[in-house]
Parts: sequence; structure tokens; C-alpha cells
Amino acid sequence: MTTMNTTTEAAVSKPAKLTSKQLPKATPWIVAVASILVAIVISFIAFGGFNIPVVAVLAGLINAIAVFAVSASYEGRRKAVDRIATTIVTSTFVLACVPLISLLWLTVSKGGAAISGDLLTRTMLGMKGVLDQQYVAGEATLAGGFYHAIVGTVLITLAACVISIPIGVLTAIYLVEYSNKNRLGKAITFLVDVMTGIPSIVAGLFAFALFSTIANVLLPGAAGIAKTGFTAAVALSVLMIPIVVRNTEEILRLVPMDLREASYALGVPKWKTIVKIVLPTSVSGILSGVTIAIARVIGETAPIMVTAGFAKTLNWNLFSGWMSTLPTFIYDSQLRPVSPGAAALASSERAWAAALVLVALVMVLNLLARIIAKVLAPKAGR
Amino acid sequence: MPISTQTTESGPTGPGSTPESGQKPPQSPATRQQKAVVRPGDRIFSAATLIAGILILVILAGVALFLLAQSKDTITAQISDPSQITGGKGFFSYVWPLVIGTLISAAIALIVATPFSLGIALFTTHMAPRKLAPVLGYVIDLLAAIPSVVYGLWGIALAGNLTGFYLWLSKWFGWIPIFAPAADGSVSQTGRTLLTASLVLSIMILPIITSLTREIFLQTPRLQEEAALALGATRWEMIRMAVLPFGKSGIVSATMLGLGRALGETMAVAMILSPGVLTASLVVSGNQTIASEIAQNFPEAAGLRLSELITVGLVLFVITLLVNMGARAIVARTSVKGS
Repeated sequence: MTTMNTTTEAAVSKPAKLTSKQLPKATPWIVAVASILVAIVISFIAFGGFNIPVVAVLAGLINAIAVFAVSASYEGRRKAVDRIATTIVTSTFVLACVPLISLLWLTVSKGGAAISGDLLTRTMLGMKGVLDQQYVAGEATLAGGFYHAIVGTVLITLAACVISIPIGVLTAIYLVEYSNKNRLGKAITFLVDVMTGIPSIVAGLFAFALFSTIANVLLPGAAGIAKTGFTAAVALSVLMIPIVVRNTEEILRLVPMDLREASYALGVPKWKTIVKIVLPTSVSGILSGVTIAIARVIGETAPIMVTAGFAKTLNWNLFSGWMSTLPTFIYDSQLRPVSPGAAALASSERAWAAALVLVALVMVLNLLARIIAKVLAPKAGR
Repeated sequence: MPISTQTTESGPTGPGSTPESGQKPPQSPATRQQKAVVRPGDRIFSAATLIAGILILVILAGVALFLLAQSKDTITAQISDPSQITGGKGFFSYVWPLVIGTLISAAIALIVATPFSLGIALFTTHMAPRKLAPVLGYVIDLLAAIPSVVYGLWGIALAGNLTGFYLWLSKWFGWIPIFAPAADGSVSQTGRTLLTASLVLSIMILPIITSLTREIFLQTPRLQEEAALALGATRWEMIRMAVLPFGKSGIVSATMLGLGRALGETMAVAMILSPGVLTASLVVSGNQTIASEIAQNFPEAAGLRLSELITVGLVLFVITLLVNMGARAIVARTSVKGS
């Protein structure tokens, strides 16, 4: 009883503070600027000049230490730890943006410098090292182009879509509407997950192995004919199907059960309910998922190069002869230039121009997916 | 046309309680009859979806089977005369340096990428201004959208800038075997080493680990977070006490999925790395990964060499399969526990 009284009296005599000391909001910024300045000074003294990576690393370290010291001395240790954690976590994000910006900048500057309408409309037909040497010597414009690669990319990706979208969407429908979480459904879900992890080059090897086995049976000794655009499309489908299934499945599960039940209650058969109610409700999600899948596989290189080779010329036929796509064109140009030595620069420039086109294509597809998801989304309730 | 009902509802006393009597309007929903009417359209449609599902099983089995079928030549050569295999010492002495190289590059990529991914995921879920967070998440997703061949091109263009850094590493940390310089004290002149390739790989797997951990962090029970804050925890203490323990298993499986991706990534390594024999040091040229070995040699390969490369691909397939299955098993185990 007496102890109770004393504690109460103590509390009354010294009113509890509801707030603790806190640094002004501008403090972190001031500390950051100060540590950058210190880092620059150190860089001049110790490294004899302004060295961006050194300054960045030093500034980061000094900033972390300074923030901790300032905060610990004024606000207390716990707040200091919080501040330093915030600083570190924020800097991981900033650091991750560095390669992204560098990559996009390099692609736009290098590709933008090289690209021209001619590159987009010509193929590598009749390309000779001499032409590149003339270009590097400044006597001619950049020869060659990657029209054939653009055509190949579009054809192979379309063929892959034709194969994988029906399989992917139907599988997702099976999983959501029919499987009732039975054994087969669980097995498919698990294997789709596993399929997502198949290395792209293994998918390519599979398609090649499949078609060269078939070719060996049909025409012994002619395994070479297995390398076609269609083989590449099959390889891409192996990569694309699991993405389509996963995205579609996720969307279908979002369709409210009430809609299905309302339809059943009106006596609509199950298949018609799926086709007329479930799919239209989720069409925006499915389409945007498919677009994401296309964006993913359109940049694949490894499966194409083992299944469709490296074509130098235009080939519209998916079922015979080698084909080139933008990624394989980039790889081939960069690593096996038309002309060795200094004139390899010309091949490299073509590669960067193709990279710009490819990156732009992928970005547009990603953007399109977002737009589709927004525009076609079912109208919300009243 | 008779009005057909999916789940015919008819009371036991109601007239025409057989499913066929579709003309009858639904009776009072007192009792439900389980048996549904099956129409041809239903049969066809469900069969189509079932076939599509089974096709997935067939494809995955086909991947293993056809790779095995094409590996036949290698296996027979290995049994009859191992010296035919590249390297002249049989398949296993050919493949193990590749496996080690693959594991090393994937491990480095993972070690670099995981802390960054966790940081970015935390930043976008708990620290960034709420309105900005989705945009920032999209920026990181852009990293995933960029094709690997462009990463390769970028890596080649910038690899040379790393030689100074590698020289510095070998000077100060040369006593660690992985940073040891070559016998004459030099490092790779082009910078196209396994370390460069692994660093580029780490950037490529960063968005995958980030997006998976972000999902997990977003699922942290809000009440727990708010309870921690209400008890006076700072934001970091809240993250350490509520968010990270909740997401622990998710982080592990996200990292393993990133590992699976790093193991199978081909183009960046194939373009950046100038391959060579297996060496402990990562700042001199040398080493090779499975995927890159296939990509660099496949276009010219024929006969036994072709079969060898496909067999190597089978090895890669098995490794990534094990890693991915492990990751999924962790996810499955924890999701059962969590519910």
C-alpha cells in the first residue's frame, strides 16, 4: 500500500513526457550533403582526383556513420539504429537503380546513334567485311540490317502464342473450375511451378532433341532439318505455358463465386458459364498476363539459337530453314562480327541498334499489359 | 428448348425430382441434389481442359525423355571408350568443372543479390512514401523485363571498367584464393571474368527475389505491425520483430527460386565470360558454366559433341529441378503451417 502511494507520488511529481527528443526533419539531408563534401575532399587528398565510384562509396559510409553518431548523441540509441537501417535500406534501392539507368542510357545512346530506317528494312544478305571496313574508315554508311530478325521474332513469337495460349488458358480453367483440388490438379500445379524454373536453354535443347528425333525417324541422317522457326516456337512455348497458366489461374480464382452460382441458378450449363461469365469477367487479366508472357519470351536468346540457328537472310517459312530473331541477331553480331578487328565496331553498332528495338518492344509490351489490365477491367459495382 | 439447370434443386416431395425434368422451375432450396446434369458441351469442354492439363505433364516428361534419348551416344561412348569425350577423360571429368563453375557463379550472384533484394522489398513495402511505392516497384520490375542478351551486351561494354577494381582487389585481398592474381601479378585485361558475369547475374535475379519477398512482406498481418508500433517500437524494430520473422520462410524460398534462375541463366554469362579451365581465382579469366558452355559450342556442334552438350543440358535440368522443387517444398510446408 505504501509502495503504491510512493510510486504514484513520484509519477505526479515528475510528469511523464509523451514525446522524446527528435532531430529536425532536415537533419538527414544536411548530414548527407556534408558527407558527400567530405568524401570529395578525401578523394582529392587520397586518390589525387575526383573519382565517382570512390566518392559514392565513401559518401555512403561517412553518411551512415555520421547519421548514427548525430542521432545516437541526441535521440538515443534505438532511434539511431532506426535511422541507420532506414539509410541502408534506402541506399539498396538507389544502388539497384544505378545498373538500370546505366543500361537504359547505354542502350538509348549507343543504339540511338546507330539506328536508321535502313537498318530496319534491310537484311544481312550479301554482307561483306569490306563494307564494314569502309564504314569504320568513314567512306560509307552502315550496311546491313535486321529486317529478317524482326520478321523472325514476330513469326516465332506468334507461333509460340498459338501453341501456348490455348494450352495455358485451358489448363488454368481445368485447375480452377474442374480439378476440385484433386490429385491430378495438385500434380499439374506443382509441375507448372517446376516448369517455370526450367532454364531457357534446356527448353531449347528439348525442342531440338524432340524434332531431331522425329527427323531421324522420318529421314535418317537428316537431323539438320530439325532447326526451324517452328522448333524455336515449341521451345518458347515450353517457357511460355507455365507463365500463362499461372497468370490465368490467379485471375480466374479472383472471379467471385457468386457470379458462377447466379449463372448456375439460372440453369446455364457449366461450360457456358465458364465461356460466357467467367472468361469475360477475367478477360483483362488473362490478356495482360498473356502480354507479360509474350514480353518475357520475346527476349529469349538461348532457346532460339539452339533451335533456329542464325539466319542472315529473310525467311518467312516457319517450317523450313534457319531463322533469326532480334536476340540471336544481337548475340551473333556482337560475338561473331562480320569483319574482325577494328571493323567489328560496325557489327557492334548493329547489335546495339537491334538491342534498342528489342528493349523498346519489351517496354511497349509491358506497358500494353498494364493498359489492358486497366481498360478492359470489369466495371466496378455501382 | 428446355431450360436446363446445372444443379437441379428439388425437394424430395416436389414433383419430378429427377434431374432430367428441367422444365420445372427450381423448387424451394430446402435440399440440394448433388448430381448435376452433364451435357455434350460440358463433356467436350471439360475434356479439352483436362487434355491441356495432361499435356503439361507430358511436356515435362518429354523434356527429360528426349534429352535422355539424345544423350544415348554420350552414354555409350562413356561406357565403351571414355577418351572420345571432350577432354579425353570421360564425361564426368568433363562436366564437373562446369558444374562447379555454375554453382560458384550462382552462389556469388545470390550473395550479392539477396541483401539488396531484401532492402528493396522492405523499402517499397514499409519505408517509401505510400503513393510512390507502386511506381518504385515498377522500376524494379523493369529490371526483370530487360532481355538477358541486352544484359550481356551491357556487361561486355562495361566489363573493361572493372579491371581497376579487380587489380585493387587482388592487391589487397589477393591472399583470399578467389581474388588471387595470376602468376605474374596481373588480372584479366578485359574484365570478362566469372566475377563480372556473376555480378551481372546478380542484377538479373534481383527483381525476381525482390518481387517474391515483396509479396511476402505485404502479407505481414497488419495488426502485428501496428501492435509493435503502438508499444513504442521504432519502424526498424517493428520490421525486425513483425515483418522479418513472418517472412522468413518466404525469403528462403524466394532466394532459392533466384538461385534456380541464376543456375540456368545463359546469355549474360555466355557473352561476358571468356571461358577457360576451372580456376579458383575469379578475377583472372577462366572458368565456365554449364549453360554458357552449351550456348558457346552448340551452333558448331555435331555428332558426339552435340550429344555431349545435350547431356550437359540434362545435368543442368536435374540441378535446377532439384533446387526449384526444394524451394516449392519450403513454400508448401510453411503455407500449411501458416493457415
